[in-house]
Amino acid sequence: MHGKSPLVSLMLSVRALQKSYRSGPDRVSVLRGVDLDVAPGESVALTGESGSGKSTLLHLIAGLDAADAGEVRFGDTLISQLSDAGRAAFRRDHLGLVFQQFNLIPSLSVADNLAFQSRIAGRHDAAWQAELIERLGLGSLLKRYPEQLSGGQQQRVAIGRALAVKPLLLLADEPTGNLDEATADEVMSLSRDLVSRTGCGFLMVTHSARLAAMLDRRVHLHAGLIA
Amino acid sequence: MKRALWILAVLLSHWRRHPMQLATLLVGLISATALWSGVQALNQQARISYDRAASALGGARTATLVGSNGESLPQQIFVELRRAGWPVSPMLEGRIQIGGRSLRLLGVEPLSLPIEASAAPAIGTSGLQGFLSPPGQTLIAPDTLAELKAAAGDTPLTNTGLTLPPLTPQNESVPGLLVVDIGVAQRLLNMPEKISQLLLGQRDLGPRAPLASIAGGETLRLVEPDAETDLERLTDSFHLNLTAFGLLSFLVGLFIVNSAIGLAFEQRRPMLRTLRACGVSALQLNSVLIVELVGLALLAGLIGLVCGYFIAATLLPDVAASLRGLYGAQIPGELTLRPQWWAAGLAISVIGALGAASASLLKAIRLPVLAAAQPYAWQQAQQTALIVQGALALIVFAGGVGCLLLGDSLVAGFAVLAAILLGAALALPAVLGLVLLLSERVARKPLAKWFWADSRMQLSGLSLALMALLLALGVNVGVGTMVQSFSKTFTGWLDGRLAAEVYLNAASDAQAVEIKAWLRDRPEVQAVLPGSRAEAQLGGWPIDLIGFADHATYREQWPLLESSPGAWDLVARGEAALISEQLALRLKLKLGDRVAVPTPQGSWPLEVVAIYADYGNPRGQLGVAIAALVAHFPGIAQTRFGLRVTPAAVPALVTALREKFALDNRSLADQAALKAESRKIFNRTFAVTNALNAFTLGIAGVALLTSLLTLSQSRLPQLAPLWAIGITRRKLAVIELMKTLSVALITALLALPLGLVVAWCLIAVVNVKAFGWRLPFQVFPEQLVQLVGIAMLASLLAALLPILNLLRMQPAQLVKVFADER
Ligand SMILES: Nc1ncnc2c1ncn2[C@@H]1O[C@H](COP(=O)(O)OP(=O)(O)OP(=O)(O)O)[C@@H](O)[C@H]1O
Ligand SMILES: [Mg+2]
Repeated sequence: MHGKSPLVSLMLSVRALQKSYRSGPDRVSVLRGVDLDVAPGESVALTGESGSGKSTLLHLIAGLDAADAGEVRFGDTLISQLSDAGRAAFRRDHLGLVFQQFNLIPSLSVADNLAFQSRIAGRHDAAWQAELIERLGLGSLLKRYPEQLSGGQQQRVAIGRALAVKPLLLLADEPTGNLDEATADEVMSLSRDLVSRTGCGFLMVTHSARLAAMLDRRVHLHAGLIA
Repeated sequence: MKRALWILAVLLSHWRRHPMQLATLLVGLISATALWSGVQALNQQARISYDRAASALGGARTATLVGSNGESLPQQIFVELRRAGWPVSPMLEGRIQIGGRSLRLLGVEPLSLPIEASAAPAIGTSGLQGFLSPPGQTLIAPDTLAELKAAAGDTPLTNTGLTLPPLTPQNESVPGLLVVDIGVAQRLLNMPEKISQLLLGQRDLGPRAPLASIAGGETLRLVEPDAETDLERLTDSFHLNLTAFGLLSFLVGLFIVNSAIGLAFEQRRPMLRTLRACGVSALQLNSVLIVELVGLALLAGLIGLVCGYFIAATLLPDVAASLRGLYGAQIPGELTLRPQWWAAGLAISVIGALGAASASLLKAIRLPVLAAAQPYAWQQAQQTALIVQGALALIVFAGGVGCLLLGDSLVAGFAVLAAILLGAALALPAVLGLVLLLSERVARKPLAKWFWADSRMQLSGLSLALMALLLALGVNVGVGTMVQSFSKTFTGWLDGRLAAEVYLNAASDAQAVEIKAWLRDRPEVQAVLPGSRAEAQLGGWPIDLIGFADHATYREQWPLLESSPGAWDLVARGEAALISEQLALRLKLKLGDRVAVPTPQGSWPLEVVAIYADYGNPRGQLGVAIAALVAHFPGIAQTRFGLRVTPAAVPALVTALREKFALDNRSLADQAALKAESRKIFNRTFAVTNALNAFTLGIAGVALLTSLLTLSQSRLPQLAPLWAIGITRRKLAVIELMKTLSVALITALLALPLGLVVAWCLIAVVNVKAFGWRLPFQVFPEQLVQLVGIAMLASLLAALLPILNLLRMQPAQLVKVFADER
C-alpha cells in the first residue's frame, strides 16, 4: 500500500513521544516527550547512557511497539494510525533495521539472508544487490550460514539486508556494539557511504563518541528527552 | 502470493537445516495417519461386506412381514395380501446340509421381488428364464462354491438325499447363502405351501386394505428394515476394539508431532521475530505457518495412507479369520477402498497436525516482535506446567471414576480406559520429577547430585516421549495380561465344553442312523451323545439353541457359573434352559427368570436355571434338552453327536469311522484336534491386538529416539563445561546413557501398575460390556519382566545414536559453546 507512493522528500518527524513501562507495581517513564527529525540523506547519531531509552525510541519509530502519546510521522503517514499489517508493510517497504545482534535468520545462507526482505517487499534488484555484495565484501561468503561468520561479517550482512530494499530510513541499534574498533570503523564508513549513495536517512544508536562524530549530527537522550 | 511463497521459503529453510526434526515430525504424522487409517480400512472393509450381505437377497434392508411368533406362514397369505394391494413377495428361509456343511437356503419368487431388494441382477434380467424353468438354478457366491469343492453346474445332494438345482456362481451373492426359486426351497426344506416371511417393497400398488382385514393378517407382524444388521450389531464391539486401538496409536503419534512442532517453534522463535521486524505482518506470518503445517500434514498423510493400506492388507487375513471364526462374518481377503477413505485419512492427518500444533500456533500468534526484557523464567514455567498437568490428571481421573460409577455402556468402559491412560500420562512428569528430586536429595557425591539434577532439567524435553513410552507399555501390559488371563481361562473352559472324546457330523440323517447302529457294536464306545442346533431370535438378538442329551458328561463337566437346585432335571424335562453368560447379561436375565422362545411350533416357555460361560461366542446361547428341541423345531438336522470313548481307543476308532463312512476332517474330529482348532481361532483373534500393540511400542521407541536426538543438540551447553573441567567425552557419554536409561526404567516400572489397572479395566469393565463375559483376573510376572526388558532395550537403542554423536564430536564444537553466547 506504501510501495508505490512517492515518498522521496519524506522525512522522519517525531513529536512529543512518550513511553512508560510497568515495572512491578509502578510505572517507569522512559520517554517523556521526545522530538526528533531526520531529513532524507541525513545521518544522525543517537547517544545516551544505558537504559536511557534509545532502543525504545528506535522500536517506536519502526512501529515495533506502540507509544503512549505523541506521534511518529513519515511525510504524511502517521505510524500510530496504521494497523499491524500496515505497520508491517511500511517496515517491509521503507525501513531497514539493524540490531546489535541476532539480525540474521540462522537457517538461511548469506545470499538468502541478504535478499529475503527485498524479495518479500517485491522489489528485488539484482544489480543493486550485486553492488551491495561487492561493496560489503561478502562475495566469498554467500554460501555460508550465519553461524559460520564472524560478528563483523554478520553485521555487514545485516546492513546489506537492510539496504537491499533501498529504504527511506535506516535504523541501526548499536550495529557495531559487538565489534572491535577497526571492524567497527570499517562497518561504519561502509554504511555511511551506502546511505549517502541511496539518499536515505540514517539514525544510529551508539555509545561511542568517536563513531558519533563520523555522522552529520548527534543527538543525546537524557532523562526521557532529546537534548 | 509471491510474497507468501518467499515467506514460506524462509520458514522451510529451517527444516533444511534441521532434517532430523523434520523427520521426527513426519514420522509422527505418518505413523499416526497410517495406524488410524489402517484400522479404518479394516473396519470399512468389514462394513462394506456387512452392507453387501444386508442389501443382498435375504438381507435385512427391506421391511418384512413375519409371523408374530416367528412361525412359518401358509403360502395363501401371499395371495391375499397381493389382492389387498400390498407390494409383497414371499420368501422361505432355512438351513440345509451339504457334505456335512450347514448352509443358509433362501427361496425367492423373482417375479414379485421388490427391485430394491434384488441385488442379484442375474435373476432380474436375462437369467430369469434359466432361474425359473426346470431344472432351475442355485445362486451361490464363488467363495462358497470353492468351499464346497464343487464346480458350476454341479447338482449336489443334501443330507436328506434331495438334489439341488445346478449351482450357478454369482459375484453379488452373499457367501454361505444359496438362493433358489421358492418352489424348490419348499421341496428341499420339506415345507410345502409354506413361507417364512414376506418382503414388503416400496412400490405403491394403490390403496392397501389394513392388515387386520385380510384373512390371516392378524398373525402378521411388520418388521421395519434394520438400520443395523445382526452382523453389524454382533461385530460392533470387535470394531470398537479395533477403533480404540487405532485411536490410541493415533494419539501416541500426535504426541510425537506435538513435541517436534513445539521444539521447532522454540528454535524458530528468532527467525519469526526477524521476519516480523523486517515487515511481515502477524497475520501473514501465521497464515503461512498454517499453510506450511497443512502442506506437511498432507504430504505425511499421503505417505501415511500408503503405509496404512499396507498395515490393513497385512492384518486383513487375521481380522477376516477372527471375524469368520467368531461371528461367521464373511470378509473378502482383498482390500477395496473407497475414495472417502483417502479423503478421511488426509483430513485426519491435517486435523491431527493442527491439533498437535495448536499450542505452538497460539504462541506464534501472540509472539511479541520484541523479546521480553526479562529472561524467560524457564524453571518457573516448568514448575507451573507440572502443577497444571498434575491438576489436569486429577480431573481426568475423577472423570474416569465418574464414568465407572455412572456409565453402563461400552463407550463408558472405553472412557474409563482413556481416563486411566490420559491421567497417567499427564501425571507422569510430576511423578518422575518427584522421584528424581528425591534421588538428588539422597545422592552424596557431587557428580551423582548433578546426575539427578540434570536428569530433572532434561525432563521437560523428554516428558512427551516418556509419556508415549508409558502409554505404550501400559497398554501392552494391560492387553497382554488380559490375553493371558483369557488364554488360561479359555483352556480350562474348553476342557469342560469339549468333554466328549470324538465329535462326529454325518452327511445325512440316513447316514447318522447307520453310524449309530455301527457304533452300538463297538465296546470302546461308552456313550453316544446326540446334539442338535437351531436358530431363533430372543429380545431382538440372534441366538442359538443347542440341544444335548441328559448325560453325566454334561452334568459333571459343563462350565456352569451359577445354577439353581435341580437344574439338570428341569432341563431334561424340556421346561428349563441353561443360558450363556453373555445372553444373560444382554437380556438382564437371572436364575428363575422365564423366557419365551419363538419356534415354528409356537412360543416355547423356558425357565432360566443355570448360567454358563461361553467364551468367544457373540451369539447368545440356550442349552436345552435335545428331545424338546427336536419337538419344537421339526426337521432340524440330527446328524451331530459326541462319543465318549476310552481315550486309548480314540485313534483306532477315528480311523475305522473314517474308512467305513468316508468322513472327512470336518465331519469327524477328535477332542485334541477340536481344541487345537479353537485355540487357533482364539490366537488369530488376538493376533491383530498383538500387532497393534507392537506398533504402538515401536512408535513410542521412535518418539524416544527423536526426542533424544533433538535434545542432544540443545544439551551441548550443559555438557561442555563438564568436558572443560576434565571429564572425558567417553565418561560423559556413559553418564548421558545412564540418565536416559534411568528415567526410562522409572517410567517402565510406573507402567507396570498402570498396565495392571488397564488390564483390570479391560477384564472387568470393557470385556463385560463388549462381549458379555467376565474373566478371573490373573497376573503373569514373567510377562511383566519381559516387557520391562523390551522397553529398556528400545530405550537403549534410542539413546545410542545421540551418544555416538557425542563420542564422535570434535572438541571444536564443544569449544564453540563458549565462543558464542547463543
Ligand atoms: N519490555 C519492557 N518492559 C519493562 N521495561 C522495559 C522494557 N523494555 C525496556 N524497558 C526499560 O526501559 C528502559 C529503557 O530501555 P532501553 O532498552 O530503551 O534502553 P537503552 O537506552 O537501549 O539501553 P542500552 O544502551 O543498555 O541498550 C530500561 O530501564 C529498561 O529496563
Ligand atoms: Mg538498547
